[in-house]
Amino acid sequence: MTDVLDPPVHVEPHDGGHEEHHGPTGILNWLTTTDHKVIGLSYTVTAVIMLVIGGLFAEIIRGQLATPNGTLVSLAQYNELFTMHGSVMIYLFAGPFAFGALANIIVPIQIGAPDMAFPRLNALSYWLYLTGAITMLSGFFTAGGAANFGWVGYAPLSNSLNTPGAGADLWIGGLLLTGFSAIFTGVNLVATIFYLRAPGMTMFRMPIFTWNMLVTAILILLAFPVLTAGLIMLYADRHFGTHIYSVAGGGVPVLWQHIFWFWGHPEVYILALPFFGMVTEIIAVFSRKPVFGYKGMIFATLTIAALSLGVWAHHMFTTGVVLLPFFSIMSLLIAVPTGIKMFNWIGTMWRGQIWFSTAMLMAIGFLFTFLIGGLTGIYLASPPLDFFTHDTYFVVAHFHSVVMALVLAGMAGLYYWGPKITGYLLNEKIGKAQFWFLFIGSQVFTIPLYILGLQGMPRRMAVYPHDPQWKMLNDLSTLGAVLIGLSTVLFVVNVVVSWKKYPAGDNPWDAHTLEWFTTSPPPHHNFYRLPQIRSERPTWDHNHPEHRALHHGEHEPAHENAGAKQ
Amino acid sequence: MPTPALPPQGAPDRSRRWRRVRRAAALPLAALVLSGCTVPGFGASAGVTESSKSAFHLWQGFSIGAVIIGALVVVLMIYAMLRYRRKGDHIPVQHQYHLPLEVIYTVVPILIVFGLFAATLVVENKATANPQTNVVVNVNAFQWGWQFLYPGTHALVYGQTTQSPTMEIPVNTNVHINLTSTDVIHGFYVHAFNFSRYALPGVVNQFTIRAQSTGTFFGQCTQLCGLYHSLMFFQVKVVSASDYAKWIASFNNPADIAAAAAALKTTNAELASGVASKNTYTKFGR
Repeated sequence: MTDVLDPPVHVEPHDGGHEEHHGPTGILNWLTTTDHKVIGLSYTVTAVIMLVIGGLFAEIIRGQLATPNGTLVSLAQYNELFTMHGSVMIYLFAGPFAFGALANIIVPIQIGAPDMAFPRLNALSYWLYLTGAITMLSGFFTAGGAANFGWVGYAPLSNSLNTPGAGADLWIGGLLLTGFSAIFTGVNLVATIFYLRAPGMTMFRMPIFTWNMLVTAILILLAFPVLTAGLIMLYADRHFGTHIYSVAGGGVPVLWQHIFWFWGHPEVYILALPFFGMVTEIIAVFSRKPVFGYKGMIFATLTIAALSLGVWAHHMFTTGVVLLPFFSIMSLLIAVPTGIKMFNWIGTMWRGQIWFSTAMLMAIGFLFTFLIGGLTGIYLASPPLDFFTHDTYFVVAHFHSVVMALVLAGMAGLYYWGPKITGYLLNEKIGKAQFWFLFIGSQVFTIPLYILGLQGMPRRMAVYPHDPQWKMLNDLSTLGAVLIGLSTVLFVVNVVVSWKKYPAGDNPWDAHTLEWFTTSPPPHHNFYRLPQIRSERPTWDHNHPEHRALHHGEHEPAHENAGAKQ
Repeated sequence: MPTPALPPQGAPDRSRRWRRVRRAAALPLAALVLSGCTVPGFGASAGVTESSKSAFHLWQGFSIGAVIIGALVVVLMIYAMLRYRRKGDHIPVQHQYHLPLEVIYTVVPILIVFGLFAATLVVENKATANPQTNVVVNVNAFQWGWQFLYPGTHALVYGQTTQSPTMEIPVNTNVHINLTSTDVIHGFYVHAFNFSRYALPGVVNQFTIRAQSTGTFFGQCTQLCGLYHSLMFFQVKVVSASDYAKWIASFNNPADIAAAAAALKTTNAELASGVASKNTYTKFGR
């Protein structure tokens, strides 16, 4: 039972503080649970395993490119590896980690809900995701190997004539399953956020992370069905004799690109917005200040989402069949709300009291890495510049700066929210070492790739016999990839070393939002009691009633300046 | 503070000061704009065609903006991190909004974006222009090689993977390219041209290149096209007009003539079947 207390006083729950959920335990619990926290944890573990698998593919790719005529893998294996590296990282790690793992765990607690709106649908989402992941990866065990047409699966390379193997079908099947998983999670998040907010939690008192997840969920609902339709048509072309994407029967190959990127560009923000939300929360908490420009931040998120639905063809500038100026200006405009976010993050740190915990370091690492990825993205919005960087390593470097920033943000999220869900903190020393490996590794990995791209090295090349002088920069990039790999090892070591060692308590960071008001880990239905919710920082307001956020132009009353209170 | 009314000579004074400021600012700016070679290349190179050079200058312009904005953000971040690192347990002032500041960092980026867009349009219209020309090359990409056919002549060059073909074109001449593919999507990319375009099955993509210096330039496929994608190379050899005429004339034995005629017939048949359609970009503002 949840009581809303006004004024907040501690009230024992009806069963004396020991409201326990009586259900199966152990493996049976994991198999049958509909608790969003357990499902979220399953998502987290699965997604991190996917990160490791995708990372191993990346290390093999970088190993192959360490010499101009690499022989670590064959040309055919190389095509499978980068296809599955991209597919695993995008479809099976980044998205599910954001909206399956962290959002699933955090959003209901942040808005004071007992669970997701549709707990069984939530469980179905997870099982679809796991099945999809296994389906996609099982391509490696087929005779023809896994899918090998790139993670974008461009037609007509992906048709049955050019890619006849079962690996391609398993890729399509796996993607359909994870796509449905994402759609169901989207439905669940929207319903949860609209209907299960605690009394007092108005829309403009929702934490930024929850806001970003709402927008992400809406984008999922708009974009993923399009991909699903496109995949079904691709499958029909492959097996039922349709000619939707093949010239021979009067079809249009470029149609696949339109459909794919109509999903694919919103997908970029489906991946990015959750991580923006995590970073926003973390920077505010560790600067001990409210989010600077809270409402501006929300409008920036909404603007990004709206624009993201009208920019897909900037991936297709060099096809020659799209209207360049429209997609150019729309893409350039995304820089504006993104810039607003960047300045708001700095504004949040400004005049704060910055505590450089591992989570905060990771978040700051995100800011730097994302700045590079964001600025280089502006070039790609300009067609003449895209003409000479498209499909070169410049593009690879650009989106790897962005995704490495997201990995940093995700790690920040794990260090920040992990203790809430497990009840135990991670080791800060190992965490900081992990940060430096990951941060420096990310830059050493990406920056040589920008230069390589500008020197003309195309992407998806297993060998580069014509330009052996590219070896030096490739080796540097490989070194960066090794550093990133080591940082992942450090993370696993940290989990093992810190296992049930450092109890976290309810609110180890003196944080702002509702999840820090309940116990770590929270009880089965999350709350025994709730504080008064009068801003987007109910826990902070409860702990520091004299330090509420100030409106524009409002100055701190004199009596509050005097007492430096903890 | 109320200021006394300016004396009559105040206005010219002020405008003179302005002129001086403007002159001081204009000099380095003009130098920056006019002498593209003194501005660093930021990793890119000017290339050898007319449009590769304008794309390069646009690149430099974008880079100057990116460096300035990036430096500003980095300085602000590092300053905040050093200056506001935690020194004690006291709680900082809980400021959350500063509307004028937020308006500034919304409006200024919008202005910058429209500036970048205007510069983009100018260069883009140049890059996608298709002026009249006498030299036409039909480029046909296939797994995993290239065919260069010169309609109206008997010249035909093709080759795949390790026997990469060479496309020969005259210098300082507009060369019109009709680009298509017979199987999957390929990418026609020459680094020295700062340019790439997809070769799409069923579509003829048209563009014009005007090389301004002679030499042999490396090109390769940039769009994943299957197993030997990494080895799908070609060369572009830019020669003088007389050398080009000699080269074209060298395709004179009956076997060459028959091969070129057959290749042209195949291409035309594809076009006539309605499968392939001619395509050029729709230009903006012209």
